[in-house]
Amino acid sequence: MAAVQETVDTVKSLDVDAYKYGFVTDIESDKAPKGLSEDIVRFISAKKNEPDWMTQWRLEAYRLWLTMREPHWARVEYPKIDYQDLYYYSAPKSTPGPKSLDEVDPELLRTYEKLGIPLREREILLGVEGAGTRVAVDAVFDSVSVATTFKAELAKSGVIFCPISEAVHSHPELVKKYLGSVVPVSDNYFATLNSAVFSDGSFVYIPPGVRCPMELSTYFRINEKNTGQFERTLIIADKGAYVSYLEGCTAPMRDENQLHAAVVELITLDDAEIKYSTVQNWYPGDSEGKGGIYNFVTKRADCRGDRSKVSWTQVETGSAITWKYPSCILRGESSRGEFYSIAISNGRQQVDSGTKMMHLGKNTSSRIISKGISAGRSNNTYRGQVFAHKRADNARNFTNCDSLLIGEKCGAHTIPYLDARNRSAVFEHEATTSKIAEDQLFYCRQRGLDAEEATALIVNGFVRDVLQQLPMEFAVEAQKLIAVSLEGSVG
Amino acid sequence: MSATVTRIKSEAEASLESAFAVARESLPGQAKVQALRDEAAALFACNGLPTRRVEAWHYTDLRAAMRTMLPLAQPPGKALIAKAGAALAPAAEGQVRAVLIDGYFIDELSVGLITSDITMRPLDVTLAEGDRVAIEILSTPNLGRGDAALALNTAFMQGGVEIDVEPGYHAALPVELIQINSADKPSAIFSRSMVRAGAGSKFTLLERHISLGTEAVQKNDALVLFTSGRSQVEHVFVRERAPDSQTHVHSLLLNVWEDVKLNSFALVEGGGLLRRQIFARFESERAELSLSGSTLLRGKDHADTTLVVDHANPHNSSREYFKHIVDGSATGVFQGKIIVAPHAQKTEGMMKSQTILTGVDAAMYNKPELEIFADDVTCGHGATVGALDPVQLFYAMSRGLPRADAETLLLEAFAGDAIDRVADESLRDMLIARVRSWLQRRAMS
Repeated sequence: MAAVQETVDTVKSLDVDAYKYGFVTDIESDKAPKGLSEDIVRFISAKKNEPDWMTQWRLEAYRLWLTMREPHWARVEYPKIDYQDLYYYSAPKSTPGPKSLDEVDPELLRTYEKLGIPLREREILLGVEGAGTRVAVDAVFDSVSVATTFKAELAKSGVIFCPISEAVHSHPELVKKYLGSVVPVSDNYFATLNSAVFSDGSFVYIPPGVRCPMELSTYFRINEKNTGQFERTLIIADKGAYVSYLEGCTAPMRDENQLHAAVVELITLDDAEIKYSTVQNWYPGDSEGKGGIYNFVTKRADCRGDRSKVSWTQVETGSAITWKYPSCILRGESSRGEFYSIAISNGRQQVDSGTKMMHLGKNTSSRIISKGISAGRSNNTYRGQVFAHKRADNARNFTNCDSLLIGEKCGAHTIPYLDARNRSAVFEHEATTSKIAEDQLFYCRQRGLDAEEATALIVNGFVRDVLQQLPMEFAVEAQKLIAVSLEGSVG
Repeated sequence: MSATVTRIKSEAEASLESAFAVARESLPGQAKVQALRDEAAALFACNGLPTRRVEAWHYTDLRAAMRTMLPLAQPPGKALIAKAGAALAPAAEGQVRAVLIDGYFIDELSVGLITSDITMRPLDVTLAEGDRVAIEILSTPNLGRGDAALALNTAFMQGGVEIDVEPGYHAALPVELIQINSADKPSAIFSRSMVRAGAGSKFTLLERHISLGTEAVQKNDALVLFTSGRSQVEHVFVRERAPDSQTHVHSLLLNVWEDVKLNSFALVEGGGLLRRQIFARFESERAELSLSGSTLLRGKDHADTTLVVDHANPHNSSREYFKHIVDGSATGVFQGKIIVAPHAQKTEGMMKSQTILTGVDAAMYNKPELEIFADDVTCGHGATVGALDPVQLFYAMSRGLPRADAETLLLEAFAGDAIDRVADESLRDMLIARVRSWLQRRAMS
C-alpha cells in the first residue's frame, strides 16, 4: 500500500502535462554543420580521432544507407523526417575527454543532479556504499559521453566500462570482433544510419567468470535543438560472466520532434548472463502531440554460448513514438531469453514495441511478459515474434501480453507471430485486452479509495509481474513514472 | 529488408490481365457489375498477386505458387455432368441442393430450384438482371477491401448460384451447396455464390468442395453469406482432400445483422495449396458469430486460414476456435484479426488456435491479432503449438493400445473438440467419420 500511496501522491503533485525532465541546459556546444554527407561522417570520425578501419566502417554504412528506403510498416504515423535538417553531432564544448569530474562543466553536472543521477563517485561512495547498492554511471550528453564513474574500481575486477569512443582506441580487438556482429550494418534503415553516424554510447566487457561487482548504468540526455541522438551500446559477457545494466533517458521539452536512433548489441558466451533494464522517459510531446522524441531503436542480444541468458526489462513511458523490439537470438544450446515490458502511452503517444525470440539452438527457452496500458488518445501496439528453427528441438516459449485501456479514445493492439518449424517445440501464447473491471473499481471504492487511488492500485497490480524484474532503484522510479504517465487520464 | 524494390509483373499476372481484357465483354452482368469488374481489375493490376510482403498474406506466397495462369474453365459437357452426378449420393426427400461443376451452375444435378421457401438461380442471372440490392450485397463493399485475390474473383466472377431463404423459414434438412472440380484438364475457376438468409430464418448450409480429377486447377471462389435480422444460420464447410496440383483461394464474406446467430465451421483435409479467408462484419447489434474449424494436413500440403472479424458496431460477440493437425512436411497457417471500432463498446471477442505438429518437417505459423479502439471490451486470444502430449500417449498405450491407435485416438479427440461446435448431429457424425478416416490413412502411411 505504501508504494501505491506514493504513486498517488506523485500524481497529485504534478500538473497536467508535467514532464519534470523538460528543462534545457544552457551550455555551449560544439556542433557539426546540419545535414548528412560523407563529409559529416568523416567529421564525426575525425572528432573521435578514430582509426581508419572505423572510418571506413562508417562510410560503408552511410553508402548502404543511401540505397535504403525508410520502412513504414509499423503502426505509427509521423511526418516525413528530413534527414538533412538534423545535427548529427553535438558535444558540450568543454569536452572532449575530461580527465576527472572536476574538469566537467559544472552546468552539466548540475543537469545530471537535476535528473537525480549522481555522478560524483565520492558522494556515491559516502552515501550509497553502506547500503550496498553502488551503481557505476556512464552519462551521455547529446553526442558524447561526459563522465563515467567507478572505472578504476571496475577495472580491478577486469570489467571494462567506458564510452565506446574510448573503447575503439583502448580495446580495438574487442570492438572489431563484436561491433556489428549482432546488428549488422545492413540490418535496417535506422541501424544503418546509426552505424554511419553513431557518436557515443557505452562499452562493457565482463571477463570470464566475473560477476560484475555493481550495477552498470548509462543515462542518455538529449539537450541541443534539432539534434538527433545516435548512441551505440555494446555489452559482452564472456564465459560465466554476469552483469546487470540499466539505461535511462530524458530530453528537454521542445516543440519540434527529435530523432533517437540507437543500436544496442548484447553478446553472451557460455554460461554468461546479461540483465538489461531500461526506463525510457524521453520527452513524449505535449497532450496535443506537439514535440517529443522519435525513439527508433534496434536492440538485440545474441546468446552465443550454451546455457547463456539474456533478460530484457523495459518500462516505456516517454517518447512521442516508440518503435523497438529488444530481441534474443537463442543460438547456444539451453540458452534462455526473457522479455518483460511495461509500455504506457498517454496523450497522443504512439508505441509499437515488443520482442523477437529466435530459437535456433536445442533446448532453448524464452518467456515474454508484456503489459500495455493505453490512455488519452494514444495507440499502443505489441508486436512480437517467436520462431523455432527446424533444429531447435524442445524449444519452449510462453508469451503473455495483456493490454489495459483507460478512456474511449485510445487504441490497444496485439500482433504476435508464432512460427514453429520443429514438432518438439512448445509455444504458448495468450493475450487479453480489457478496461479496468468495474467490479474491481467498485470493490476498491467501497473500501474507501477514491477513483484515482483505486485506478493506481489496479494498474500497479496489472504491471507487478514486470516491476518485480527491475532492480530495486529502478522499480521505485518506474512506479513513479507509471503514475506520472497516466496522470490526467484517471478519474 | 528495406531496400528499394520495383515490382515486375509475373507471367501469371500479365496473363490474368490480358485474359480479363479479352473476357471482359463476354462476362455476364449489367453496367453496374461491369463497373465493379473494372474497378477490381484495376486494383489487381496495381497490386498483382499477393506475396509475403503483403501483411495479410505473410505466410502464403500466391505469386510464387501461381507461376502461370491456366485457361479459364469451360462449362462442363454431358459426360462430365453424368460422372459428377454418379459421384453424389441421391438427395433426400425435401432436400435443397445446388451443384456447381468447375464453377458453373448445373441445373440437372441441382434439386429444389424453386420451393415456396427457398429460391435458387444461377448467379449469372443475378449479375445480368438482379436488382440494386442484390448487386450491392454481392459486391460486399465493406468486406475484404484491397485484397487482390478477392479482387480477382470480382473481376472474373461467373457461374455460381444465388440461394434466397425466405424470412421466417426453418429448414429441417441442410441446404447443400456442392462444388465439384472435374480437374480433367488444367483450368482456372472463378465463381461466386450468394446465400441470403431472410429475417428470422433458420437453416444449415452445407458447403462441400470435391475434386474428381488430378489435373492442375486454380480455383478462386467466394461465398457471400448475408444474414438478415434474427436469422440463425449454421454453415458447415467441407473441403475434401484435393490433388496436390490444386491452388485454391476461398473467400467467405459474412454480413452479420442484428440478433443474428451465425455459426460457421470448416473441415479442411488439405491437398495442394489452400487459402481460406473469412471476412466478417457486424452490421448491427446483439449478434453472435462463431467461427471454428479443424484442419488436417499431411504430405506437402499448405493450408492458410485467415480471418478478419470487424466489430464495427457495439454489443456483439465473436468466438473463433481452430484446431490444426500438421503431419509430414505440411505447413499450416492461422491468421486471425479482431478489429474493434472506436464506438463498438461492450464487444466480446475470443479467439483460440491450437496445433499439434506430428510431422518431422511440419511447420505451423500463427498470427492472432487484436486491433482495438474501444475501451469497454473483453477481447483475448490464445495460441498453442506442440507435439502430442507424451503423458497422454503413455497412458493410452499402457491401456493396451498400439502406438498408432493411441495417436489416432488422441488426435481424433483433439480435432473433434472443434467439431463439437456444430449443432446438427448428423453433420457432426459425418465430420467425425471423415476425421477418423483421414487419421486411419495417416496411421497406415
